[in-house]
Amino acid sequence: MSAPLDVVFVGHVDHGKSTLIARLLLDAGAFPDGKLSQLEEASRRRGVPLELSFLLDAFQVERDQAVTIDATRVWFRTPSRVYALCDAPGHHEFIKHMVTGASQAALAVLLIDAEQGVCEQTRHHAALLAMLGICDAVVAVNKMDCVAFSHERFAQIAQSATTMLEERALRAAAVIPTVARDGDNVVLRSQRMPWYDGATAMDALKSYDTAHRGAQPLRLPVQDVYRRGGSRVIVGNLQGGPLRPGDRMLFAPSGVTATVERFWDGHDTSALDGDAVAFSLEESLFIDAGSVGAPPEDAPAITDVFEASIFWFSPQELRVDSHLKMRLGTSEVSVRVEAIGGVLDVATYQYAPAEAVGVNGIAQVRLRCAVPVAIDVRPSSVISRFALYTNGRICGGGRVRTAATQRALRRRSPNVTPESHLVDRFARAARNGHRGGVLWLTGLPCAGKSTIAKELEQRLFAHGWNAYVLDGDTLRTGINGDLGFSEEDRRENVRRTAEMAALFADAGMIAIVALVSPSAADRRRAREVCPEAFHEIYVSTPRHVCEMRDVKGLYAGARRTKISGFTGVSAPYERPISPDLTIDATLPIDVCVQDIFDYVLERFER
Amino acid sequence: MNEHLRALEAETIFIIREAYRRIRPLGMLWSIGKDSTALLWMVRKAFLGSIPFPVALLDTGMEYAEVYAFRDRIIREWDLAYINAPCPAEDSVDQTLPPAGRAAARKTEGLKQLLAREGWKGVLLGIRRDEEATRAKDRIFSPRAGDGTWNFKDQPPEFWRYFETDATEGGHLRIHPLLGWTEIDVWQYTKAQGIPFCSLYLSRGGTRFRSLGERNITLPVPSTAASIDEILEELGATKISERAGRTMDHESENAFERLRAGGYM
Repeated sequence: MSAPLDVVFVGHVDHGKSTLIARLLLDAGAFPDGKLSQLEEASRRRGVPLELSFLLDAFQVERDQAVTIDATRVWFRTPSRVYALCDAPGHHEFIKHMVTGASQAALAVLLIDAEQGVCEQTRHHAALLAMLGICDAVVAVNKMDCVAFSHERFAQIAQSATTMLEERALRAAAVIPTVARDGDNVVLRSQRMPWYDGATAMDALKSYDTAHRGAQPLRLPVQDVYRRGGSRVIVGNLQGGPLRPGDRMLFAPSGVTATVERFWDGHDTSALDGDAVAFSLEESLFIDAGSVGAPPEDAPAITDVFEASIFWFSPQELRVDSHLKMRLGTSEVSVRVEAIGGVLDVATYQYAPAEAVGVNGIAQVRLRCAVPVAIDVRPSSVISRFALYTNGRICGGGRVRTAATQRALRRRSPNVTPESHLVDRFARAARNGHRGGVLWLTGLPCAGKSTIAKELEQRLFAHGWNAYVLDGDTLRTGINGDLGFSEEDRRENVRRTAEMAALFADAGMIAIVALVSPSAADRRRAREVCPEAFHEIYVSTPRHVCEMRDVKGLYAGARRTKISGFTGVSAPYERPISPDLTIDATLPIDVCVQDIFDYVLERFER
Repeated sequence: MNEHLRALEAETIFIIREAYRRIRPLGMLWSIGKDSTALLWMVRKAFLGSIPFPVALLDTGMEYAEVYAFRDRIIREWDLAYINAPCPAEDSVDQTLPPAGRAAARKTEGLKQLLAREGWKGVLLGIRRDEEATRAKDRIFSPRAGDGTWNFKDQPPEFWRYFETDATEGGHLRIHPLLGWTEIDVWQYTKAQGIPFCSLYLSRGGTRFRSLGERNITLPVPSTAASIDEILEELGATKISERAGRTMDHESENAFERLRAGGYM
């Protein structure tokens, strides 16, 4: 028998999650003897019609208040497959229970009330599913009887739900009109919606193909070290593999390497992905619980700072400088919130700047660890996700988004090697019809860089090419939102932008960077990130013209307040000595854009 | 062993080691039944053959003779640090309770006294979600207050193998490494590993015990299954729930919830 398919049922409160699961079991013939009459009795005692949800809502308080408080899990077996169905509570107060229930699911069933449509918790749950690593959802548009089985209403909700899921990087595996209470399209096909001929909920579960997990990097978070005789035996659960005696292993973050001597737990020649293992090393080394074993050629990043997406359960707000304990893999370290990049507005799925993360918030933060830790960015890795604790209580969790800044990496992790892709730049260029690259527009503030960049992006897009503007001001509202205008921060601003642009270029796009970048040295470093694809374009505009174009009043403001460090007024702009292209931005915009456009066509044609 | 059983075993061993790493002093309840015996088997695996903490039976004196005999054999063969934890006498608990309720109350009280005596901050137990609907909602690391009560309305989150492992002042943690196993999983694992089990689980004279409790409150179910293979075949087809023979679950709609909220396993 293969492993059960773990399915979590989510959605807004009272949209019918518990009822759908109960109906699925009932109609699939999976109710134990006497269960139905127990539920009938429990319903009668409360003076309500047969309430199937009582199968899952086992607590008296849940039945009395007709609400699911905590997640539960039931199994049912069909000849072809075993299912473990998790009923998650839909009330916003019980988000932490929803996360508990959903964290081990492979597939979600998202319930949407046909009358109410997509609600707050529908969106909230969808956002959490994505963070928990779930990629697929079956949508059940439930209580279709309340909208007179309207095909039109169904189509409307199906459309908005699918779009909402896509925004969150989830795939709608099926969208099904149901009446869970009566069993329409649950296991049996509904007679009341002849216009629907797609899958039933049971069909959708049955045909769901468990996405094959890609090969995992080998990781062994060391859980403990036991002394047996004269040996120190390392124990933990293996990710990836196989692991064999004789294999070399690097232990992060200390960086020591050693050779696996032998297994102590019955594993003979090799241990496989997922196994609990116990082994000793040939070398006499002190390996600590919490370190991570990995192949020396594919070691995790080691850093004391990283960006993360988090969910937060505690009524105590999370703020910059909040101190927490983090468990990541088997390690436990103190962390400090260094910056809050933004808090998710569940309704719009946009991150907005915020001072604090409130209860049940989802946010992007930068965490600073008291000591370096080993992390992966790959979302499936056990050391890419963590839990946050205060006073021993779990108050949130999250996943690593980006590893350390390269500055920290250079200092901290000499052993990091970049992953190579299976798709190379030539393949991407062949498909796109053009090569990727970086157009780095530098010039004084208000020289016209952003305007030119946006027009150029539009021209290239119309031409069928993939181009994207990375605008300095825009980036400072997001990824560079923590940086000021000190010399160090400016350098970091340029560095991050260059790294990002290089990734875009590597992905086959034409990244159009519009950034003052006044320091020639910084621009040189930016070029070094991807020297063969980097094009420095000097947007040349005399300062008095820039001041005339300055609709935001930056120059005047800089003079009035005597801000130090305003390029062109109180800080120098180092003009490029030999740019790849110079644009005279006193000319009409069309001319400027045409010049760069021609330049790009000539050099980026495949 | 198939991939599914391997994964379950690995998960359980992780939980056992996590409990031992983070919670001391630690102990384990062994009811001598198939589940806690399978758990004991994995505890031995987790610690490479030995068990670094004591194992206790909450003894009401009412187990079947076959159960006691099986216990003595395993203690000897596996060299267990065994504690026999006697439960208070039947007349010391609330006499208004029905018989099964009284037996449960004795065990709840026995556990309380055991914890007080041994000072355990954590105790491993072999309960599973699929046995009963309130167990289905429990946590792997489940906190209990000083008086043993379970605040099921506000349980801690658990995800990605991250647990709350600090007991509250005066309280303790129940650790449930088998929560994600089903009855069929336990039998398949028992078979695959050749784990010994009490003979009462096999059919004799047309009945067998599916769940093993005290003499006065546990009933056998009709069955002809005389081997694990036959048990598995029977479980694949049956629609009788596992604890159907446990009278304590059925004395009222909320019988088991009240027992558990009060500290029962």
